[in-house]
Amino acid sequence: MRESGPILTVSAASCRFDVSAPALSRLLTREPRRILRAVETVSFTVERGTTFSIVGESGCGKSTLARMVVGLQRPTEGALHFSDITRIDGTIGPPRVQMIFQDPYASLNPRWRVGDIIAEPIRELKLRQDEAAITRRVGDLLEIVGLSRSDASRYPHAFSGGQRQRISIARALATEADFLVCDEPTSALDVSVQAQILNLMVRLQKEFGLTYLFISHNLSVVRHMSDQLAIMYLGRFVETGPADEVFGNPRHPYTRLLLETIPDVEKPNRARRPMSGEVPSPIAPPPGCAFHPRCAMAADICRVERPPLRDVAAGALACHFG
Amino acid sequence: MSAATSPLLSVRDLRIVFDGRHGPLTALDGVSFDIAPGEILGVVGESGAGKSLTGTAVIGLLDPPGRISGGSIHLDGRRIDNLSPEPMRKLRGRQIGAIFQDPLTSLHPLLTVGDQLVETILTHLPVGKAQARKRALDLLKEVGIPAAETRIDQYPHQFSGGMRQRVVIALALCAEPKLIIADEPTTALDVSIQAQITTLLKRLCREHGTAIMLVTHDMGVIAETADRVAVMYAGRIVEIGPVAEVTRRPHHPYTAGLMASIPSVHTRNAVLNQIDGAMPRLNAIPEGCSFNPRCGFATGFCREHKPGLPVSAHAAACHFPLMEPAHA
Repeated sequence: MRESGPILTVSAASCRFDVSAPALSRLLTREPRRILRAVETVSFTVERGTTFSIVGESGCGKSTLARMVVGLQRPTEGALHFSDITRIDGTIGPPRVQMIFQDPYASLNPRWRVGDIIAEPIRELKLRQDEAAITRRVGDLLEIVGLSRSDASRYPHAFSGGQRQRISIARALATEADFLVCDEPTSALDVSVQAQILNLMVRLQKEFGLTYLFISHNLSVVRHMSDQLAIMYLGRFVETGPADEVFGNPRHPYTRLLLETIPDVEKPNRARRPMSGEVPSPIAPPPGCAFHPRCAMAADICRVERPPLRDVAAGALACHFG
Repeated sequence: MSAATSPLLSVRDLRIVFDGRHGPLTALDGVSFDIAPGEILGVVGESGAGKSLTGTAVIGLLDPPGRISGGSIHLDGRRIDNLSPEPMRKLRGRQIGAIFQDPLTSLHPLLTVGDQLVETILTHLPVGKAQARKRALDLLKEVGIPAAETRIDQYPHQFSGGMRQRVVIALALCAEPKLIIADEPTTALDVSIQAQITTLLKRLCREHGTAIMLVTHDMGVIAETADRVAVMYAGRIVEIGPVAEVTRRPHHPYTAGLMASIPSVHTRNAVLNQIDGAMPRLNAIPEGCSFNPRCGFATGFCREHKPGLPVSAHAAACHFPLMEPAHA
């Protein structure tokens, strides 16, 4: 790590989508507007050179949050702020942010050669002056991610899922990125390949001082990758803290249930109670604590009052109890 | 496998080839296994290992250019791999049920779930409409759908992912089949819902004596659900045995590598154990043991001789099986 300090500060960011029916039908059926609260007043900071993970089930808003960080989605309220950093080449400025997507079959143009895919950001950002330098840089990048220089002339279809994900990583690094937003980067891959990609990501982080915002629903992958993590439920953080702390001493009932229900190879026959119920709709979240309909500990206060996210020990927790 | 009861499903030396422009490609190369009544056999492997293909062949849904080129499949003592389409169609649903990965594509979007259940029941069982509807309702209750009386007249889009998968399971159960092929039944679902579905499958298995062939790439799901597991690699079963045995004391280096590459929720290692390389493509399966280029223990012998899968309770297709649990 070359430098520490916050690289990204998110302050009370919210993202809401208007999913109402068209105005006329609303008028006729007297339906109110319907607002989908994908992300609600989320605040966190990411330290440079670390991995911050966001865990949650589908529909909890984790991908929307990732899209806000890369600027594909504007926050409805609140702000995201990138701090100026000293880059590897000595220049000072905001970090370059890139994204690695889940599906390596959809995120690479099948009609472009791998070399062109990786060279595009270099050309676009004018990071190298002449063609020879670009070709050299593309070759270097391919080697960095564990492919060979000659792979530049092949098309994506010639590569397996894991190799494609390596190409995605090379393309992200081509911009001389400092901050990578990885949205489920290994969930489309097989376990043995997943291990290769995770090891590569850890190695690159050390080599280039990268910062990761890691989005996943796979708790064991998150455990392996994260320094800090946040558990998200229905658009809000319910528990945050250092990974070891959250996994070692989960405080929120949702975190505990998640840890209890994941299929586990090491302790397959432990007593577990499958979590009943399902994630409620973010359009009509339950009143009070959003988790109360599924929570075994829920009391009257949980049905009425939403617990604020308050600091506990090394992290933060949004629960009336615990 | 229990020696006392005869197996419900018996697959012997099954071979599947795909006829292509450059000659036939062998996708399944001599797969043999048994499933006892009421047993859950997990089939695990990477994409392209042939696990889904095995399930497809058992249920008789193999599409051309894929074809069975050798071996046999017996269900309850009756050979089913050479049946013509019509008797196979009768068998499917009645004797073998299927659950697929994506519950949305396996349900008809324009029919209510009740209609779909009733149709299936009427096809397979000699009952009247009213009885069929009653059975449909009972099935929905059985798979744990709340307010089944109102839900039965709703369309698939009105159900959530987990609830849809329950409907698909109810559909598979319509005619009380003896065997269910479940191909990645929990992959499209969230973890908390996954646990609900695997618990349901286990309960059904116990209560009805249904055997399940559970195809998945998730070792965790297998470890928590299956009785026995078959590990597939490049079209062959490389290791088969009781789940606890295979996961704790794998004999095949591939299984050992696979187990070691799963990140743990309990501890954190700096580097994950990885198996370098990738599974070979069908047109480039190496001579000898197909795992030899990625295997740390491979010798010249492995490069020349293909290891067979011995017949035993816990067997590995390896010339030098690992016997020490400390390896992984």
